[in-house]
Amino acid sequence: MLNLLATIASKPSGALGLGLTLFHLALAVLAPWIAPFDPTAQNADAILLAPDATHLMGTDTLGRDVFSRVVYGGRLAIAVTFTAAVIATLWGGFAGIFFGTVGGRVDEYSMRIVDAFLSMPWLLFLLLIISIGGAGPLTIIPTLGFFYGVAVLRVVRGAAMQVAARDFVTAAKARGEALWPILSREMFPNLSDILLVEGAMRWSWMLLAFSSLSFLGFGATPPTPDWGLMVAQERGLLSTAPWGVFWPCAALSSLIIGINLLADAVGKALGLDRATAVAV
Amino acid sequence: MPSLILRRFGFAAFTIGFVSIVMFAAVEALPGNVCTSFLQRFAQGPRLERCIEQQGLERPALVRYGDWVAGAVQGDFGYSLKKRKPINELIRERFRNTALLGGLAALLAIPFAIFFGIAAGVRRDRPLDLSLSGAAMLAMTIPEFVTATALIYVFAIVLQWFPAVTIVSPGAGFMQMLPNIVLPVLVLSAVLVAHIMRMMRASVIDVMASDYVHMARLKGVPERQIIWKHVVPNAMIPALNVIALTIAWLLAGVVVVEKVFNYPGLGTLMIQAIFDRDLPLVQAIALIFSVIYVGVNLAADLAALALDPRLRRKGH
Repeated sequence: MLNLLATIASKPSGALGLGLTLFHLALAVLAPWIAPFDPTAQNADAILLAPDATHLMGTDTLGRDVFSRVVYGGRLAIAVTFTAAVIATLWGGFAGIFFGTVGGRVDEYSMRIVDAFLSMPWLLFLLLIISIGGAGPLTIIPTLGFFYGVAVLRVVRGAAMQVAARDFVTAAKARGEALWPILSREMFPNLSDILLVEGAMRWSWMLLAFSSLSFLGFGATPPTPDWGLMVAQERGLLSTAPWGVFWPCAALSSLIIGINLLADAVGKALGLDRATAVAV
Repeated sequence: MPSLILRRFGFAAFTIGFVSIVMFAAVEALPGNVCTSFLQRFAQGPRLERCIEQQGLERPALVRYGDWVAGAVQGDFGYSLKKRKPINELIRERFRNTALLGGLAALLAIPFAIFFGIAAGVRRDRPLDLSLSGAAMLAMTIPEFVTATALIYVFAIVLQWFPAVTIVSPGAGFMQMLPNIVLPVLVLSAVLVAHIMRMMRASVIDVMASDYVHMARLKGVPERQIIWKHVVPNAMIPALNVIALTIAWLLAGVVVVEKVFNYPGLGTLMIQAIFDRDLPLVQAIALIFSVIYVGVNLAADLAALALDPRLRRKGH
């Protein structure tokens, strides 16, 4: 693990990715100690103040401190998308290893359904489900987890088919091992690297998805400090008070870029090249 | 060959059927029905009865699904709950606007993406590749609403070249739409260029490492000729499928971009319909987007089939 981190940090892009990700995680965890103001406290005497020594990033339309809101703004997004990414990796990874190992008819027919799922524009489906189940994390986490899990499944299944064709798996089958020991002892250890990289990559896409949903008004609900929602609320005043929009944009983008660079670096350090993988 | 084409059509039909069943079932799984969900606390007495009658909810689910699909095939999507109009009347102009936006973005993006992809792939790991790939990474990871906000700030507020939001009267002609459409098209094409370019680059690198390119080099074929005669045509085929897959990103991006610019397209209509809990309208738009997506993928499959004789061999 330490070796892996050292390899990642030895390249500038990997070091940047690791740094940005850790920075944002620390910010989210330590938010109550870093933020100088209550992120939801409104102040009628401090509306739309330009950045100064008290309000480092100015104040918004309701007089709330933008710096405090930016510091808190990643908490919900990170928690929601991380949970969804874990769900996606677990179920997609397990199903992918299973179908890649079993092969045959079961695999063939299941992949038809998987392909059908992959041919649905995911955001529209998410919107349909939100319009039925209501907005908010309890609808979004399982939906994101399910849909991104389908994509993980496809990638892991392809890799698992290659592992399943190798001698030690054939040997285990010849020894008469049951399916479960083959999956857990022969297949999984050879695919855990891919799962790790896939999970990290999906996490960064989910952050993009969740903040877009928040921006559209279906993710975080006011007055929760959330980057996507902050941009949606303050962008009407872009010409007079750009600070209310700029800082949440910068925070969100830097986190997504950070995770993306990190996932890329982990992949390269583990000898997996994602450059040729189709972005599904 | 004909059977291969038929199979592609078969899969497209299967996908659309599957998607429509999932969409219909998702709404059926709702506690209550579309009328109670729309009317909320007013869901009682004559209002509820009128709504149920208008939507034909007294019929069994299977019959309603059959009617919904049969209607959709003929362009009839039923009635909107909120607007109290036939849905096809509501979406006609919106559809045209969204098609204009997406079509222009694709037309702009695809040639640039292919060219950048070739340039980056041929000069792998050199400064040109690193800067193009870096820019693509940024375009892919930064959310559309952030890119759009940045463009609005620069071009609409500081430079004042283009309007920040779309202001057109319904039924506006193409020339009236044009200044309004520049920024949304740019935002959408940035994402498209990034995705397609990445694939084209990977594909070019793949082909550059192949035996026939080595052979051509050994024969002394000039590098320029190798690239345009051997590498590019062969690298195009895998890229073609990705262009089609990228349309999914485009369709998802359209919703966000339309919202940012307040563009009168299907995306903004869908968002409004979700806020209104107008489920028949949401379903109709989701179905239209899915059909477009499946259709584009089918077209790409068929084009790949036409271009690559290897795919036509049995067992592929």
